[in-house]
Parts: sequence; structure tokens; C-alpha cells
Amino acid sequence: MVRPRAPRCLIAQIPRRYYSAPSPAAKLNLPLDFKTTPLLHHTPATLSSVPNFPAGATSKRLNLFQAINSALRTALSSSDKVLLFGEDVAFGGVFRCSMDLQSEFGSDRVFNTPLTEQGIAGFAIGAAAEGMKPVAELQFADYMYPAFDQIVNEAAKFRYREGNTGVNVGGLVIRMPCGAVGHGALYHTQSPESLFAHIPGVRVVMPRSPAQAKGLLLSSIFEHNDPVIFMEPKGLYRAAAEYVPNEYYTIPLSKAEIVKPGKDLTIISYGQPLYHCSAAISAIEKTMKGVNIELIDLRTIYPWDRQTVLESVRRTGRAVVVHESMVNYGVGAEVAATLQEGAFLRLEAPVKRVAGWSTHTGLTYEQFILPDVARIFDAIKQTLEY
Amino acid sequence: MLLRRPLLTARIPRSVVPVLTSPARRWGSTVSQRPGSDRVVFPGAINSEFTSDMAFITGRDLPAIPTFRVINSDGEMVDKTRAPPNVSDEEVITWYKNMLQVSIMDTIMFDAHRQGRISFYMVSQGEEGISIGSAAALIPDDVAFSQYREAGVYQQRGFTLKDFMSQLFANCNDNGKGRNMPVHYGQKYPRIITVSSPLATQIPQASGAAYALKIKDLQNPNQAPRVVACYLGEGAASEGDFHAGLNIAATRSCPVIFVVRNNGYAISTPTIEQYRGDGIASRGVGYGMDTIRVDGNDVFAMYEAMSEARRRALSDGCQPVLIEAMSYRVSHHSTSDDSFAYRARVEVEDWKRRDNPIIRLRKWLENKGLWNEDLEKETRDSMRQAVLKEFKEAERLKKPPIREAFTDVYEEITEEAQEQMKELKRIIETYPDEYDLRPYQDGLKGLE
Repeated sequence: MVRPRAPRCLIAQIPRRYYSAPSPAAKLNLPLDFKTTPLLHHTPATLSSVPNFPAGATSKRLNLFQAINSALRTALSSSDKVLLFGEDVAFGGVFRCSMDLQSEFGSDRVFNTPLTEQGIAGFAIGAAAEGMKPVAELQFADYMYPAFDQIVNEAAKFRYREGNTGVNVGGLVIRMPCGAVGHGALYHTQSPESLFAHIPGVRVVMPRSPAQAKGLLLSSIFEHNDPVIFMEPKGLYRAAAEYVPNEYYTIPLSKAEIVKPGKDLTIISYGQPLYHCSAAISAIEKTMKGVNIELIDLRTIYPWDRQTVLESVRRTGRAVVVHESMVNYGVGAEVAATLQEGAFLRLEAPVKRVAGWSTHTGLTYEQFILPDVARIFDAIKQTLEY
Repeated sequence: MLLRRPLLTARIPRSVVPVLTSPARRWGSTVSQRPGSDRVVFPGAINSEFTSDMAFITGRDLPAIPTFRVINSDGEMVDKTRAPPNVSDEEVITWYKNMLQVSIMDTIMFDAHRQGRISFYMVSQGEEGISIGSAAALIPDDVAFSQYREAGVYQQRGFTLKDFMSQLFANCNDNGKGRNMPVHYGQKYPRIITVSSPLATQIPQASGAAYALKIKDLQNPNQAPRVVACYLGEGAASEGDFHAGLNIAATRSCPVIFVVRNNGYAISTPTIEQYRGDGIASRGVGYGMDTIRVDGNDVFAMYEAMSEARRRALSDGCQPVLIEAMSYRVSHHSTSDDSFAYRARVEVEDWKRRDNPIIRLRKWLENKGLWNEDLEKETRDSMRQAVLKEFKEAERLKKPPIREAFTDVYEEITEEAQEQMKELKRIIETYPDEYDLRPYQDGLKGLE
């Protein structure tokens, strides 16, 4: 474990961003303002306008790890087939997502595993094949690689290989915290979604907010009979808080959300960088009067909602894809190629990608490697002025 | 069947060839069962007697593997009839000072994290005896692979305070070029491979490195034979790489010593949820390697066990050895952890009172008249000053130039990455207010 598995405060108890303090004169690359961002439900009132959210439900303000905890509690109470396990899960997990769940649901259903990601994934696959709904936690996405064989060769191919026996691993969810926090360096920063997205057979999901996380996680456990890789942007665990319905609800997988409608350009993103995109959009709309940008949250990275994205870009004629992980062979490449094939005649500019550079996330260099508001702002401007 | 010949046979003197092959080499095709034999001669178990007694082996019925110690917690020889450790007084004092230095640095840097001056830290409190006692038995040409709680190995092998502080502050003197999280130290000579956060990945690498040393040392008679020391925790022993690394080391007869720090916790997970069976030591036996369990609070026991392990590792054509060093993780896992969320404060206080490698060695030194309160105070004060001096120097130094974000991914920067560097430069030039380049050596020029 941290390994430097560092966590618990990898995010929270750190008083400042050591290696990426904002420049004193910055106007774009400011710390994200989670109190005012339009991406979060700051009052319960706006919840009712969202499709899929239960009408007239009670709600509570939760951050992302609390919303995951709420979803896990809901799942464990909804079905006794649900199991929850992983390293350090019993005491609440290094990010506190499983807090109190062992005392509420017992150590048969919520438990610590030995320190072995390949073991955790394989164990979960076996349990799912026997009809349980295992929710397995890998402590960091950076540590999922020993589990990659189980995920790629086993979970993804299970139903296909079994054929007429009908055995499958539906109900299996492998959760993992991912993404940058500013000081995670090589091994507490990675976002390996494109590696999973290359593998037909697993669904790859990444929520951007607490309310979305709960609905997507419950959907992953109960509404789909496919194994799901559920990636949680750890930079949002404590930072992003909003009103979350108290009861059971689901948000469909493989369906993107138009977060903000617009007419001149479509930004396609998912997870944490959506907040940077939103900040860049408000800056550009202030600078370039009359410009109106559409923002799409993919929510599920694979199989992805091609039609919503194609329909949007056919309308706007311009697209920018934003993600944290490396640009080379990343999600942006897939989206750009799909747009080139499906919306070629409507494109007014090349599809632009703003993503991590093709290198590792060295500790002191994270702010220069990962997409920031200035780079997204610049990409929008260049694409509009092309 | 295809008889595989050792690839190197043709290139090395005949006399050394037998050393290359495993002493117990056997060809599958030659295994045969003599008529009326009282034992199995299957290829997978060549000396197993037949029995009509259906006896399952129950581990808990076997005696636990004993724990080797030389001195007790009062700093006295456990066995007064044996000779004292074969180490000079000066060397023991060096060990003591090294343990003290690491412990003082730990205290200062843990606080430095609280003050927000570094982003992360991990102390090795209570485990200084394991690192320093074991590293003391290595020669400088030996190679070490560490996990992340072995600052003492670095200290004992010549890593200076300046080296520690440069890494912790990720400045331009850092061997890791400011790329790694704090405590991910690395040293060229005596070689210690840079710490990698993922657990257990170093274990099979250590086996491969040991094999390479064995081959290279056979090819070069002027080179004194070398070993690899591989450090890991008991949690890491649950990873698949542990099995892979130990098994391959055993089958290829690699001169590698696995030093397992069993400190009772992997973050919050206690050993009872980490494994069943008699610790990690019992697994060494399972892999067919010489194994010993040692009291990790006893620096002499660690030194003696490691010296003997090193001798064995290089004997009879080489072999791996496992040392399980018992201790208790007195500290939190890291600055990111609050261990009182999963263990009682009183448990920790109990352990602190009960035993500690530094206090134990101090008692031994005092018993021999080699140390006293005045020396202790004087040494602590000067060490503290030395740490703070290097701390301040390291903190004010610049970070490496920004180009180091892109170098060393490949031997040469790719054409694609060069274009990305140009694009980054254009962005910074277009939006100069958005980036603070003052902390980096050469500012924007550092990107060229």
C-alpha cells in the first residue's frame, strides 16, 4: 500500500498544491470553484429537472466519496447478493468510500482482502459467475495492472467463451480511484480508461459528480448484466459536493449527457476535466460575445453514446475532446475518428484534442502535463477561429 | 525429448559450467520407478515415501518457526556462552548513529509534511534495525531493491542527507529529476534501484538482477561475487509477483536475499487478514529456499543472519535465501494515514514501550561503556542541526528544468513529444500570466 498507497489524505489533508500553485496573476488556471460550478446541484431544487432522478425524493448534500458510500449502502440493502471487498475496505477504505458498511452489513459481505489486485479481480469474477453481485475495490487505478489479465482475458470474454452454457459475470463491478490530484506523481495519478475501452466486453464508466456517481454505480450493479469498470476521479472525492437523492435510482450506462447546450462548438469530456471545460467555456463566452459552447459528458466511455455526440457535432460543426490521460491512442483519438467518419461534411474545423502529453506524470511537472483551463480555452478559440 | 543445453556452455570455461546448472538438475526422461520401491519417484516429488497413513498436514500442529535473536531488550547477550558479534566497536557505533540519523530525519520530515512543506512522507520508526543491520552485511558492489520503508538501507549504503533532502524536495539535485513522490529514493552506487510505488514489482526484478550478477561474475573472475538484497513488507508478499519472484529465483538458483519486514500491518490490514500459516518464513521453505525468522529489533541478529544469508546465497552455485524480520509498525502507514482509525492507541504505546531497535542497541553500547547520556545528547543535537541545514538548502533550490517532464520516456525524445513541447511553449508564451515558472531552473528556456 502506498504502496505509498497514500491516500487518505492524498487529497484532503493536504493544505496546498505543492507543485502546481496557481500563478499569482492567473485568470484562467485558477483553483476550480466547486461551490459555484454549474456542474453540481447546489440546491435540492435543481434535482427534479434531471431525467432519471426520482421525482419528489428527499436528498442530502454529499461529496463524491459519501455518494459512493450511499450507493454501496443502497446496493447492500437492496440485494443480499451484493458483496463489497478490497484492500482496507473494512475500516472504511483509504478514501472512506466503505465507511461503516462492515458494521452495518457484516464481515461476510463487506471485508478486507489480502493485498493482491489479481486475486481481488479473479475472486470477484468467480463470485459473479456463481450469481453474486461483487463490488470489488482496487485501491488505485495505478495498481490495477496485476488485475489486467483477469479483466481482459476473463471478465471481458466470459460470456463469449461460455456461449450456450449461459454463464456470465454480469453484476461484477470493479471500482478504482483514478486521476490527478496535483502531487500523485507516476503512481497515484493514472487514468487508464483507454486501456479498458480497447477491450470489448467490459463497460467503462466514469462519473463526474456525487449524484451521477450514485445513479451510475447502482445501474452498474443492478441494471446491466455486463462486467463494469467503474473509475472514480479521486480528486473529486472531497472537492465535489452536491445534493444527492437518498433513495435508489439509476442512470443508464452508455448514454451521454448534454450538460450545457450550445450552438457553435461541442466539447466532449468525462470525469474531472469537465470542471476545467466548464470554466474555460464561461471564460470564452465572456471574451467572445455571442459564442455558445455545448458541453457533453460521456459518462460511459465504452460502449459509448456515439449518436448523441455525432448529432451534436453535426449541429455545431466543431469539436474539442478533453481528457486527462495521455493523448496518444486515447479516448480523444476514438472520438475524433468517429466524428471524422460520421460528421465529415459538417465539420468546419479539425477535431482538436486537449489531453495529457505523451509522457509520465512527473511530480513537479503535473501542471504542465495535464490539461488546464488555459489549454482548453486556447483550443476552443483556435477551433472557432479556424 | 528435447534436451536443452545451457546457452552459455560454449562461451565459458569448462570448469565453471557445473556452477551454472542447478545442483539438483534432473531430466524428465530419466526419472524412473524401481520395482518394489518404498517411495514415489515422480518427477514432481522425487523422494516421497509411500504411506498407508492418510495424514493431512495441519500447519497449526507444527511448531512455529523460531525467531533468532542475539541480544535481548536489555541489550545483553541472550546466549552468554557464545562469542559476541564479530563487529568492531567503531562499526557498531556507526550503525547506532545511522539508526539515530534516520529516526531524527523521520521526525523532522513528518512535521515538515504537517507544515505543508513536503507533500508526503513515510517514516520507518521501529524498523531501523532491519534496514541497517541487513545493509551492513552487504558489500558496496551488491545491489539492493527496496520497497519504501527502508531509508536505513540508503543511509547505511552512503546516501547522504543532501541526497535525501534533494529527493524529498524534488529539486534540481534529485537523482529522480523531481519526478517521484517523496521517499522514492534511488542511488547509482552502491546501487539501490529507485523505489516504485506499486507493491511487489521489485521481487521478480531482484531475482533477474541476481541472475545477471551471477552470470556476469562467472564471466569476470576479477569480480568478487555479488548478491541482490530485495526488501519487501509482509503485505507485498500477498501479491502475485511475490510468488513469481521467489519461485523463479529458486529454480534459477539466483543469489538473492529476500528481506521481508513483517511489521504487522499493511495500511489498516492486520496480518490475520493478510495471510494464514506461519508468517512469510514458512513460504520460503515451500519454495525450497533456506529461510530464517529474525527479531527485527535486534540489529546484531539482522547483521548475522544477513551475513550468513549472503554466504549461502553465493555457495554451491548460488541460491536464494529468505529472511523474515519481525517488527511492529509503530508509525502510521504514511502521512496520508491515521492509524488510530483502525488500531488502538494503547496497542501502539505498548509496543513502543516494549522494545525498539535503537534503544536496545543503545543499552548494549552503554553496557559496554561505549555510550552515555552526554554522547547521546551531543549526537542528537548535531544530527538535528545537520538535517535542518540540508533541509533549508534543499528547499530553496530550484526544481529541475521543465524539459525533464519529457526526457527519459524514451532514450531520445520522440518527434511527437518534441511537437508537444513546442505546443506547451506556445501556450505558456500566449498565456504568460497563467503559469508560474519561477520555481523551475531556466524558466521557459528550460523547455528548449
